Amino acid sequence: MTNHWVDIKNTDLVLIMGGNAAEAHPCGFKWVTEAKAHRKARLIVVDPRFTRSAAVSDFYAPIRAGTDIAFLGGVINYLLTNDRIHHEYVKHYTDMSFLVKDEFSFANGLFSGYDPETRKYDRSSWGYQIGADGYAVTDPALQHPRCVYQLMKAHYSRYTPEMVSTVCGTPQDAFLKVCEAIAETAAADRTMTIMYALGWTQHSVGSQMIRTGAMVQLLLGNIGVAGGGMNALRGHSNIQGLTDLGLLANLLPGYLTLAGDAEQDYQAYIAKRASKPLRPGQLSYWQNYAKFHVSLMKAWFGDAASASNDWCYDWLPKMDKGYDLLDVFEDMGQGKVNGYVCQGFNPLGSAPCKVKVSNSLSKLKFLVIIDPLATETSEFWQNHGEYNDVDPAKIQTEVFRLPSTCFAEEDGSLINSGRWLQWHWKAAEPPGEARSDQEIMAGLFLRIRALYEKEGGAFPEPILNLTWKHRIPAFPSPEELAKEFSGKALKDLTDPKDPGKVLVKAGEQLSAFAELRDDGSTSSGCWLFAGCWSEKGNLMARRDNADPFGIGQTLNWAYSWPANRRILYNRASCDPSGKPYDPTRKLIAWDAGAGKWGGADVPDFKIDSAPEEGMNPFIMNPEGVARFFAVDKMAEGPFPEHYEPFETPLAENPLSPQNPAVLSSPAARVFKDDWATFGKPDKFPYVGTTYRLTEHFHFWTKHARLNAILQPEQFVEIGEELAKEKGIRAGDHVRVRSNRGHIVAVAVVTRRLMTLDVAGRKTHTVGVPLHWGFMGLAKNGYLTNTLTPFVGDGNTQTPEFKAFLVDVEKV
Amino acid sequence: MQVTRRQFFRICAAGVGSSSLAALGFAPGEALAEVRAFKLARATETRNTCPYCSVGCGLLMYSLGDTSKNVRGRIFHIEGDPDHPVNRGTLCPKGAGLLDFVQSPNRLQHPEYRAPGSKAWTRISWDEAFDRIARLMKDDRDANFIARNAKGETVNRWTSTGFLAASASSNETGYLTHKVVRSMGVLGFDNQARV
Amino acid sequence: MALQSLDIKARSATTTQPPAARDPLHVAKLIDISKCIGCKACQVACMEWNDLRDEVGTNAGIYDNPRDLTDQSWTVMRYSEVEVQQGRLEWLIRKDGCMHCEDPGCLKACPAPGAIVQYVNGIVDFHEEHCIGCGYCITGCPFNVPRISKKDSKAYKCTLCSDRVAVGREPACVKTCPTGAIVFGSKRDMIEHAEGRIADLKARGYANAGLYNPEGVGGTHVMYVLQHADQPELYAGLPKDPHISPLVGLWKGITKPLMSLGIGLAVFAGFFHYVTAGPKEVEDEKVD
Repeated sequence: MTNHWVDIKNTDLVLIMGGNAAEAHPCGFKWVTEAKAHRKARLIVVDPRFTRSAAVSDFYAPIRAGTDIAFLGGVINYLLTNDRIHHEYVKHYTDMSFLVKDEFSFANGLFSGYDPETRKYDRSSWGYQIGADGYAVTDPALQHPRCVYQLMKAHYSRYTPEMVSTVCGTPQDAFLKVCEAIAETAAADRTMTIMYALGWTQHSVGSQMIRTGAMVQLLLGNIGVAGGGMNALRGHSNIQGLTDLGLLANLLPGYLTLAGDAEQDYQAYIAKRASKPLRPGQLSYWQNYAKFHVSLMKAWFGDAASASNDWCYDWLPKMDKGYDLLDVFEDMGQGKVNGYVCQGFNPLGSAPCKVKVSNSLSKLKFLVIIDPLATETSEFWQNHGEYNDVDPAKIQTEVFRLPSTCFAEEDGSLINSGRWLQWHWKAAEPPGEARSDQEIMAGLFLRIRALYEKEGGAFPEPILNLTWKHRIPAFPSPEELAKEFSGKALKDLTDPKDPGKVLVKAGEQLSAFAELRDDGSTSSGCWLFAGCWSEKGNLMARRDNADPFGIGQTLNWAYSWPANRRILYNRASCDPSGKPYDPTRKLIAWDAGAGKWGGADVPDFKIDSAPEEGMNPFIMNPEGVARFFAVDKMAEGPFPEHYEPFETPLAENPLSPQNPAVLSSPAARVFKDDWATFGKPDKFPYVGTTYRLTEHFHFWTKHARLNAILQPEQFVEIGEELAKEKGIRAGDHVRVRSNRGHIVAVAVVTRRLMTLDVAGRKTHTVGVPLHWGFMGLAKNGYLTNTLTPFVGDGNTQTPEFKAFLVDVEKV
Repeated sequence: MQVTRRQFFRICAAGVGSSSLAALGFAPGEALAEVRAFKLARATETRNTCPYCSVGCGLLMYSLGDTSKNVRGRIFHIEGDPDHPVNRGTLCPKGAGLLDFVQSPNRLQHPEYRAPGSKAWTRISWDEAFDRIARLMKDDRDANFIARNAKGETVNRWTSTGFLAASASSNETGYLTHKVVRSMGVLGFDNQARV
Repeated sequence: MALQSLDIKARSATTTQPPAARDPLHVAKLIDISKCIGCKACQVACMEWNDLRDEVGTNAGIYDNPRDLTDQSWTVMRYSEVEVQQGRLEWLIRKDGCMHCEDPGCLKACPAPGAIVQYVNGIVDFHEEHCIGCGYCITGCPFNVPRISKKDSKAYKCTLCSDRVAVGREPACVKTCPTGAIVFGSKRDMIEHAEGRIADLKARGYANAGLYNPEGVGGTHVMYVLQHADQPELYAGLPKDPHISPLVGLWKGITKPLMSLGIGLAVFAGFFHYVTAGPKEVEDEKVD
């Protein structure tokens, strides 16, 4: 979230789209009801289903699953055509005035640089025109035909209300009603929040859906302000933390990235990431990349990391291709992976196309499960009748199942969607012989290290030199680990302007990432969290809920990254002269007397940079402004374009009907054998979509009796019209089939799934909640990912769980 | 409204019976009108964070006893933390049911092993589990570690073993896991954020 | 005086007058259906707090689960899809359970002394140790709320968490409600809160929004804010004008004179039957 949960109370309009906050995040949704109660805010829900969020909305608009870019592109067109944008904000704080390279083009649904063989773009034409001074060229009048504003206007002019209705199935009047409500928040004293979740991420064009939402918010000046923002409602209690800590194939902690094979030179690796400003006077904060990277290497490898060995640069693995979850299961299926460890992750349930995942797991030599609960993955080899019909004798995988503690039995911190690092305390001993994950990781690591000490082996240096300064090596404590990722001074840190002055003494905890150095004198395992455990102690454990400004910031509750800021880009809540756009929702302001920024939040800005210096609010971007034109950052192109899901009821993309190559995303990765697994509408005529119910959490709560009572048995949701056609009544058992398998479930027949008119055809949606499986206290059922396709978003490789094709029949 | 003959009889019988029971001295003592005793009065209270979604609701967990040496503090009730700025004491159906996750009969109790082709788990010790897994991992790493690619570039990666991390585990666990996994050169490394 | 933790207003089948001099705060729970997201957190909190666990049932093609109130489920959500205005779908979700009537039909109908108690604060509580399992409380209830347990043949229903309220806490369902659709306080404060909510709903186009606090049972200590207060039946058959079943009045009319006569033999027979055969099994037939 750019903002945070409580801040939602400050909004005037809530758009829930690509999410279902009332069901998936009920206690966060509370702040929507607070905004409705105290600001008379309106709630709009746009969703393929009339959800429990829709049940308490002021307005609901249906949409076909997978068409959100068309809808939001239509909103952009509405705002630009009717000139309902926040002019000053857009002009000063976005790249609207930047000129784009002449080579950049868009035609027939494709951007310049496409290679159909590799299904990838050469992105070199996707950039700004750079002047002789090294800075991007702009036209503040926004008149130049190559400026982002003009290109964008042309691009989205095709997204007319008629087109939106054709693609999305949303009635035009409903679409326009949503547009009108959104447009009202272009006023400086009105704002909208967008709350989204996996309803946007789980598409082959999921990242671009989110970008389109962000573009709408930027046009309206709704980023960086109280009650505004792009608010990703993360799915798990610490999915934010694990993302921040970089537990993803290509990342290091704090959004640092691993090098590719070609990046053999350390200085070049740093230089590529430490972007220089693209406009005069801009901060371009990533210029500090080396400080973050060196501090990480010092945290991990201690004295072994030195300037002479490029801080152990070569000790980190380099990437030759993707190693995301889908990629690993593809490799596993090809016999390229021998061992796999699942720590609190149930991929048989959570990954797409169960038959493929199951076959891949069967090819492993060994599988290690670390979990508090008996997961489906841990028993992928066991025959559970129709729900997991495998022959154990044919599966030669060795499987280990190690019991771990749960939250109640450990100390530690979790990061919520609002980026708050919150400490929690142990309340009970674990059951049986269960051990904490830290103890388990230590148990494995110390034995592997001992084997390398004794036997030697392949490249043992990083293993033998990994820092392990724990009082009890087999029990690294949460306190020790938190202090390590927060960071400390390894030598006395002196003031660069006054070398005699010691700012931080050697051995002391650091108070902020601004103190990090690239000379090996500081250590921090995650620069983004630096200061969360300072010399003042564990700031994550703070419990002062005072809200002195009444705007819900509670700066002394827990700790928020970065630097305890609660609302990102909050400089953008003020006009260029430093005055709040809406004084009733003041976050920060320029205090000329004090010569610094201050207010209800920690300024997300250089604190002493006066407005007249012209530094812009988006300090992480080299431009200093937000980007409508994504330059080369996105796989599919600089402007989001609608492409159909990989399984679509349509024969052509209504936006580019003449080009069959752009029916679905031209830049999504599809493995060779998976093309044949995609179904066609002649055999699978209905749109399937999977989702959570409020009564359950993934595949966990079916192990909790109280939740099993609330939703005991697997069901699917079918609209009344389709049910009538198929002779299905509520309570009947139905079989839902995709080209990859089938499930059997009880039918819930409802008016809440509407039949949509898409490109002149009736389109039905079949809703498939995901919570059941062959383990647990609820009635056993099928894993719903039996149905879903093995294809992901072109940027993140997040699977397309939200839109695929199925057929349904009464059993 | 109509009263059937049978209903009429039931009403009379019950009325006579019970009223008369009271008259004959079987009336309950007034003390028994007391409400159920408040069960949290002296329980141990511990603050925690809900492990499910990313709202990060504050919890109060109540466990048996006062942390004395001789009591095993089993958690018997969980409710929302009223001081928490976001949830302000509220909990959704998942959070309100956390007690049954903590105390689920499906919580794993001890390390288990399934041999190739076997239909069953066998119980093993932690030492047996760690020793065997460490052996498997080291052997696989030594056999398949790629120090240089075909072009001779230094790449130092181990791609034949992968690791999935838990996004409900703490930052401290996540940090330690990342450190250990990358030190071995693993690239096939993800968490639930991917899906 | 008894060791009671809440002052008593009335006890079933008991004629002795409880102490009446004190007048503690009258409490009420207000359920704002327009804010309810049907998450069932209240169902869980109720079961968890009261140490109840219903059966893991089946899905009958609807969201309602458990499908009805039971001795283990003292509250359930009831889901109704309606179109009051053509083309505008509404999903009305009502938390069903004891209404804690000011004039409680269950208590009036109950023949077991002290099995049902009404506290001065408005809570109507069942004391199962005195319950004989006759099921008359169900007959007496205009909202069809109490249920007889198959385990012990005693009647159960929502206590409004009398154990929590007695020590100054809110009921478990109220505390947990994520959206604040359930609120708790003095009855007067709740009516005032409802007025604010009704004004807001009217401003959002619900012209018939209103408070459900039915006079027929003397008002209730569990009230609803309804978007369509003119049509409470839309909310899974919430009765428009609930009254205590006339059967209950009949009962009283017959038993009082009988009691004053003090018919010995019949009484002993009744007592013998009770101690030898145990309480009556619940019968299926519905009373209209």
